[in-house]
Amino acid sequence: MNKPSNEMSITFSALSENESFARVAVAAFVTQMNPTLEEITEIKTVISEAVTNAIIHGYPDSDGYVFLHCKIIGDKMEVIVEDHGVGIEDLDLVRQPLYTSRPDLDRSGMGFTIMESFVEQFEVTSKIGEGTRVRLIKQIRTPHNAAVHEV
Amino acid sequence: MFQITLHKKNAGSILVAVLQGELDHHEATHVREAIDKELDLMHVPLLLFDLKDLSFMDSSGLGVILGRYKKVQAKRGKMAIANVPPSVSRLFEMSGLHKIMRLYSSQNEALRSMKEVTQ
Repeated sequence: MNKPSNEMSITFSALSENESFARVAVAAFVTQMNPTLEEITEIKTVISEAVTNAIIHGYPDSDGYVFLHCKIIGDKMEVIVEDHGVGIEDLDLVRQPLYTSRPDLDRSGMGFTIMESFVEQFEVTSKIGEGTRVRLIKQIRTPHNAAVHEV
Repeated sequence: MFQITLHKKNAGSILVAVLQGELDHHEATHVREAIDKELDLMHVPLLLFDLKDLSFMDSSGLGVILGRYKKVQAKRGKMAIANVPPSVSRLFEMSGLHKIMRLYSSQNEALRSMKEVTQ
């Protein structure tokens, strides 16, 4: 399952206006895998969470870009959401349910918990001053797809 | 596309916020400000969210709803939610919100129950 059959990349300004653009773009790209409505909602939600994190927390006081990369590999989609912002100091802390570094913004602190429960694989790496990278793998369970991409 | 519509019911004692479309972080600020402006004018706020036409919500939407709940509670008011779509219901369960909030299957049912509080 190593070679992607299709890929796409988008780079966009870290502006909240682009949150809906990013999740709709990924949802449109994944349509070729014939996902269920529930799977599309899950994908839109995780993209929204990852991109929002990059915009709010990656670039709290500066302009920058969000880098989005999607690969279709068999019946799985890999998504990477990356920022070149401030980075996260304590990854274990931010992954705890209900934790938010910005209580002033009415954040729920559920972003990471939602991302982790909506995908098969989820990892986040970060370096202070260099940025944060979220990589996730979502399996599309449509029977048609599983048969076509059996390797 | 996202839209919020605010109505007053029961002689102005209940604020109904109807959310339509996709609620994310970008739209959250506007929703918060629009609702808080009305809540600040209410002595004991009764707030009802109607989510019938909410097609998408993420954790930013949860934050807005939880934030309003805290605000209403602080003023000894009541808050309820009507017509929770299945996709949103999952997020409510994950965050434990369904345990602290009163959920109703229609706006009328919610309004009837909230009116009893005012009598």
